[in-house]
Amino acid sequence: MSKSYRDGLPISPENFVDQLMRLKRGSIGRRDFLGLTGLGIATAVMAREIGIMPTPAFAAESLGDRMSIATWPNYHDPATFENFKKDTGVAVEVNVFGSNEEMLAKLQAGASGWSLFVPTNYTISTYKKLGIIEPLEMAKLPNFDGSQEDPRFTGEGTIDAVTYAVPKNWGTTGFAVNTKKLTKPMTSWKEFWDTAMAEGDSRTMVHDYQLTTIGNALKYYGYSFNSLKQDELAKAEELLLKVKPHLFAVSSDYQPGMRAGDAWMTMCWTNDGAQLHRDIPEIAYVLGKEGGEIWTDFYAIPKDAPNKPAGYALLNYLMNPQVAVKEHLANGAPSTDARVNKLLPKEVLDNPILYPAADLLTPLEFGAAATLTDPGRAELMARFKSA
Amino acid sequence: MHGSRLRKNLLTAMLLGPATAWLVVFLVLPFIAIAVFSVGERAPEGGYQAAFTLAQYANLPARATAFWNTMVLAPVGALACLLVAYPVAYYLALQAPQRWRLILLALVVIPFWTSLLMRTYAWMYVLGGRGIPALLAYIGFEDVRLINTPGAVLLGIVYGYLPLMILPIYVSLERLDRRLLEASADLGATPISTFLGVTLKLSLPGVMTGFSLVMILLLGEYLIPTLLGGGKVFFIGNALVDLFLQSRNWPFGSAIAITLVLVSVVVLIAANRISTRVSGARRVDLI
Repeated sequence: MSKSYRDGLPISPENFVDQLMRLKRGSIGRRDFLGLTGLGIATAVMAREIGIMPTPAFAAESLGDRMSIATWPNYHDPATFENFKKDTGVAVEVNVFGSNEEMLAKLQAGASGWSLFVPTNYTISTYKKLGIIEPLEMAKLPNFDGSQEDPRFTGEGTIDAVTYAVPKNWGTTGFAVNTKKLTKPMTSWKEFWDTAMAEGDSRTMVHDYQLTTIGNALKYYGYSFNSLKQDELAKAEELLLKVKPHLFAVSSDYQPGMRAGDAWMTMCWTNDGAQLHRDIPEIAYVLGKEGGEIWTDFYAIPKDAPNKPAGYALLNYLMNPQVAVKEHLANGAPSTDARVNKLLPKEVLDNPILYPAADLLTPLEFGAAATLTDPGRAELMARFKSA
Repeated sequence: MHGSRLRKNLLTAMLLGPATAWLVVFLVLPFIAIAVFSVGERAPEGGYQAAFTLAQYANLPARATAFWNTMVLAPVGALACLLVAYPVAYYLALQAPQRWRLILLALVVIPFWTSLLMRTYAWMYVLGGRGIPALLAYIGFEDVRLINTPGAVLLGIVYGYLPLMILPIYVSLERLDRRLLEASADLGATPISTFLGVTLKLSLPGVMTGFSLVMILLLGEYLIPTLLGGGKVFFIGNALVDLFLQSRNWPFGSAIAITLVLVSVVVLIAANRISTRVSGARRVDLI
């Protein structure tokens, strides 16, 4: 083949007609096909992006070249995974989930393919009981420093003095209010539910999640967020059925509705509250003074992880405070790690949505494993949704 | 003689093999698994635990509202689709100029290239406060709420399933023998009675195909009511999603799934019977 100025061009007119005639005769080489259809470029790009063909310079043999993580939407700084790939040659495939139950269902079914995942506090004992996770080998996580963690948030990762999961960040479940539409100041769950049936009629959203929706209805009467008592649940059900016709939606995807102004008030998690308030200052985040939920998300490694070395490597990388601080700035949830809090800018630490006053945090409860798996609460939720 | 028959049988087996294997692996085996699950029990932490009990079926009334809502949504949604689809199919098959027909048909099909989830999500923004209501506010109609209303759900359903209704009706109208229309007119029928007595009647197989196709898919629909209806009305599809992914009561979910399949089969047979009766001896084929 001679070198010509045309060599770099995609295709010349003569060549094109040539190719076309060959196509019409039904003969085409694989390379021509890939070139003509653009599939070749697509494959090359994908191979680079998802690491089918690792960049040799960075490929560390023992880690392999790819792994997969299961986590929550908008929960990481995308640069984290790119930098991890640059350092180790391991491409990270991110699977996003909507609920702990979906994650659990997938892991229970087996062969999830994940080497790291992000469960919430109340699922860890269940994972341990089902034998889905195993103790973490702390020697492989030198960046993790237990002495720097706030014990209130890290407790549920450790069962019988064995660590099964290490914390990512914590948060609360309160409600977001558009204060331009609902001007009366609110401070309690009682006001949330009463407003939903009055000024907030057909503008209020509750989670499509039994733990928080039933839990916060129980708070109306001052009962425990985790109550499994028949009579208390019956009262909560009565309230929920009464509120149902007044609701705008039963959905955990509340940001679009709040942003568009269709919904004026919604149950809300810390990080969504922070994002909504950042973009629309009149949306306030309220913690019910009766209490409600506090939570911690953890990192854990499934027992059947296909690439455990990479899972540990990524987990250790994420435990580096310099990396973690970027994660917190990206997703807006508060950190459990004192080393990270030292690195966070003052305006983040002073943001009452992220770091509420201590007296508001005191009455909050962690969701319990029994609350989540209780069939009675699941049926109550189904009755609420079908009412 | 003998050899050629053998070869013919072998050929038949080879031709049917892949489809049969497909059906066995992706339809029959999962169905058996679901049937086995449905007589089991929910494990304490969720999932399935082996047992032999009909308790899950006895518990079906706990989802009676969901069944009822679905039984209303499916025919109403299919009917709404039909009312919009028939004129379109009629125009495409009998009125549109020949050279435009293919392009118009392609336009009907093209939206299918994007996932229903994305298209429905787009409707969320069109109907949401910063979409059409913002335009209405601009011309003086304040605080109109379109999203999360029954109308929004109906719109989403018609939009999502329209092509499935248009195509079979189009096919049956396209095969229509035009001479029958002329004959009807020659014999003194008005255009309306020609339409009712000839066109509509001969296109009924297509109508019934489209109707049953849309209706069966609507029996399992949960996405559109969730996104455009705000999840306030509970359908069987929603009940199944919750049971498999939220409370992880797989046995009860399986019992509901089996019941839903049986109901779909009954609907299909009924639709077939009806259309065979109204349109004479013609059989109805699903696509």
